[in-house]
This record gives sequence, C-alpha cells and structure tokens, in this order.
Amino acid sequence: MVKQYETVFIATPVLSDVQMKEAVAKYTGFIKENGGEVVYEEDWGLKPMAYPIQHKTSGFYYLIQFKADPTFVAQLETQYHRDERIIRFLTVALDKHAVAYAERRRNNKQAKAAAPAVEEQPAAEEEVKPAEAE
Amino acid sequence: MAQTNEQNREIRYLNPPTVEVRKKKYCRFKKAGIKYVDYKDPEFLKKFLNEQGKILPRRITGTSLKFQRKVAQAVKRARSLALLPYVTDLLK
Repeated sequence: MVKQYETVFIATPVLSDVQMKEAVAKYTGFIKENGGEVVYEEDWGLKPMAYPIQHKTSGFYYLIQFKADPTFVAQLETQYHRDERIIRFLTVALDKHAVAYAERRRNNKQAKAAAPAVEEQPAAEEEVKPAEAE
Repeated sequence: MAQTNEQNREIRYLNPPTVEVRKKKYCRFKKAGIKYVDYKDPEFLKKFLNEQGKILPRRITGTSLKFQRKVAQAVKRARSLALLPYVTDLLK
C-alpha cells in the first residue's frame, strides 16, 4: 500500500550550500531507493526559528512530498535521527484533503514562479487567497 | 386622553438604552469551504492564537469543533517545527 507523505526537516545553519544540497540529495535518493516516489520538493532556505533549538536560532528548512509504503517512514526517521546535520524533522501522512491542498499549493507556486514580474500584483493576490481559502 | 396616559406609563430614559447587538460568530472554515488546515502557514495560524501564543478557545473564535481540532493539530505541528513559539510575549 502506498500513501502520500510530507516531510519537513531543519538542517543546521552551519552547512554550506553544497553540504545542504548533499543532505537533500541523500534523502531524496533514500526515498527513491526504497521504492518511494518524490512528488514535490521545496526549499524554504535559511529561516529564523521561533525558539532556539540546540543553541541555534536559524536553520535551513526543506520540504519533501513523497509517496511511499508506510513502513518506510520509520526507516526515514531513523536516518534523520542518526544524521547530525538534521536538528528537527516532521513527517506527516496526507489525507485526501491535504493532497488536494498540496496540489493546489504546488500549482500556485509554479504559476507564481513562471509569471513574469509584470504580473506581480495579481500573482501576489492569488498567493494570499488560497492560504485563506484552504 | 387614553393615548397620553399610555405614553406616560412608558419609562423614559435620558440616554437611549444601549441594546448590544452581538455579531453572530461563525466558523470561518465552513464559510470559506476550507478542508485542510496547513501547519506550514504560521501567519494564518496566528489568527487562532492569543498574544502569548496560546490557542484561543472556540467560544472566542467561533470555529466549529471539527476544525478546532484540526487547528490545534496544525498549531502543535507548527510549534514543533519552530514556525510558531511554544511560549512568548507579544506575539503579533
């Protein structure tokens, strides 16, 4: 049985860009190796955290949406636990509403990225509305 | 004559008594047709928190029970990812 999941992890801010890419590649690779399918990835970049974790006030956030077997989640989380670069992670199963929401969010982001700067105003409005509407 | 008597019987106020018309509360999720509460959007979740970052009760926000549970779940997830604080002062 395959379910859709979503995982967010926070990596330490001391990583360089290359190291961060390496970490991301490790996890996407790990998902693919174990018969999963990466649906969507999103880099939130270096964000300040609401409270310090391990004496760090900011971290690299990264979101991966994937389809995998439920038994795989435990394996993924073990990997997270063993990895010193990861300071926090959260894996959530997506129900049908969440999947629909994730799709809409993805399309929005892509539309926004594709839209040129001229259409900044309507794109920004669209971005706000779904957050309210869903 | 009868009419003036009736008028006198009515209590007269110097200031018109203020009748409080409370706006009916409603569940914003049901109204807007929202089916999934996203934990990745802390700005939206802040509408359901007080200044100390505590979750507001249903009796204040008017959220239906179904969505209050989802809001609570989303807030807790956002807290664990440090998108929202567990405790704070002067949030917002």
